[in-house]
Amino acid sequence: MNLNLSELKELFELIAERNITEFELEEEGVKLRIKQGGSATPALTGLLPGRQAPAASAVEAVLEPADEADAEEGVSLVTAPMVGTFYLQPEPGAEPFARKGDRIKKGQILCIIEAMKLMNEIESDLSGELVAIYVENGQPVQYGDKLFAIRES
Amino acid sequence: MFKKVLIANRGEIALRIISACKELAVPTVAVYSEVDAHSLHVRFADEAVCIGPAKSAESYLNIPSVLSAAEITGADAVHPGYGFLAENAHFAEVAEACRVRFIGPPPRAIRLMGDKALARATMMKAKVPVLPGSTSALEGVDEAVETAQKIGFPVMLKASSGGGGKGLRVVENENDIGKAFLAAQKEAEAAFGANEIYVEKFLPSPRHIEIQIMADKHGTTVHLGERECSIQRRHQKILEEAPSAAVSERLREKMGRVAVSAAIAVGYHGAGTVEFLLDEDDRFYFMEMNTRIQVEHAVTEMVTGMDLVKDQIRVAAGEELGYRQKDIDVRGASIECRINAEDPVTFMPSPGTIHVFHVPGGPGVRVDTAAHAECEVQPHYDSLIAKLVVQGRDREEAIERMKRCLQLTVIEGVKTTIPLHLRILDDADFRAGRYTTRFLERFA
Repeated sequence: MNLNLSELKELFELIAERNITEFELEEEGVKLRIKQGGSATPALTGLLPGRQAPAASAVEAVLEPADEADAEEGVSLVTAPMVGTFYLQPEPGAEPFARKGDRIKKGQILCIIEAMKLMNEIESDLSGELVAIYVENGQPVQYGDKLFAIRES
Repeated sequence: MFKKVLIANRGEIALRIISACKELAVPTVAVYSEVDAHSLHVRFADEAVCIGPAKSAESYLNIPSVLSAAEITGADAVHPGYGFLAENAHFAEVAEACRVRFIGPPPRAIRLMGDKALARATMMKAKVPVLPGSTSALEGVDEAVETAQKIGFPVMLKASSGGGGKGLRVVENENDIGKAFLAAQKEAEAAFGANEIYVEKFLPSPRHIEIQIMADKHGTTVHLGERECSIQRRHQKILEEAPSAAVSERLREKMGRVAVSAAIAVGYHGAGTVEFLLDEDDRFYFMEMNTRIQVEHAVTEMVTGMDLVKDQIRVAAGEELGYRQKDIDVRGASIECRINAEDPVTFMPSPGTIHVFHVPGGPGVRVDTAAHAECEVQPHYDSLIAKLVVQGRDREEAIERMKRCLQLTVIEGVKTTIPLHLRILDDADFRAGRYTTRFLERFA
């Protein structure tokens, strides 16, 4: 089995979701070891054949090393409150609403989720520093998907 | 045939639809609330989208969420199952507007049959026998009294937008009408958001006999025989049979023809059920029409050998039904027991984790379930754990087979209605096929 970048990313998300502290995989020519800090509840279900975590669709981009950021104190996640297509920019070619490192004010628009031809502006619930962006422009998202991480300040 | 079907439901019916899609080689999309993330319908669908938190209103009943999920996965059809959005005409319309085919009847038919007073009027026009009563919603108590006097007491006041046994009041005499009218209105407002009431003659001890119909978009409408659904608690069915011990071949043909003409009268296509009340003199009256696949469709499938859900999908995709009335045969007898997570005596819901789960097999046995060991019976949704369905060469064999199956079913961790089902199967009147909608009162 060869893990490509998008499969790796799915794996990271799965591990973070399940709060698995340590994960090791060894296959011909590949050894993968992932360790995560923070509170850990070991995964309850054994590895089931077939898809374990539902995937909205294959994710293409590089995973921001924000999984470590999650575990830190004072970092809150902004998750998708609805199903739709995620847009980081108000329109194609325009500047994104926010970039990693930006100072975010409560109520500021972070992104748009388009559903059924309606553009829904997603506002930030808190003020702080935008430390991570988990999704790519144009990516479909489902309810509860991680969108941003903000370190409150 | 569709490119991809989204199942707007959960639990056993979602699995049933996934099964039909797999056999038709159509990819599936499951939608789920956060608490259903580990459900079997999520596992077995080709794709899955989380659409909201546990609360139905914010997930399974959330039309934008469901249709957004169709949009992002490219589903071109949606099967609503039963309950939830299955009889929501608005949902059917919005889906079609989003170019997602609604697997079910035209929105107009859903709307027509969803308004109980209007359904009555429509059936009367189609020469379908209906109970004497008002032809439209009552203007007020005075009209209620007048109509009741004309048709004769006892009468039943019913919510026009009703269903599921809510918004109903039996009135024995004139003095009680005023109070009953207001109570029914209040209940109807609370349950359905509309307080229109109509009145019908009340049959004290009828049998609930329903006819399964199936129609395609090319002019073929057939019936697949009756189901006996008199065993109900507070208008919730708990055990169903096909055929009914009270329905002769001749009566079946007659009721079947009437049900077919009812379906044609509303321009129906897809699977539907016409419910009748049957009195002791073999007179039957239209009660309502269910414009969806029903929980108990399984007993009809057992005795006719048909696959109604596959037919629903094929018909919605524009295919011809492929069979005619003369091709349908009712063979043997089938019984279904709805195993609910409830106390078998008090009927208090019993949600929780099922620790041990084993279902029986053997000849003539079918189990439709999404339950498994270590699964959670959620308090947010209905309490159905499994549908246990048997078929026998005759009713006697079906009864013994069901008894054997109930005894060989193991569900530990939550309470179930299995003890109640066993008592019903041992009851002398039940075994003789001698019962009406009042049957369960003896177990209350």
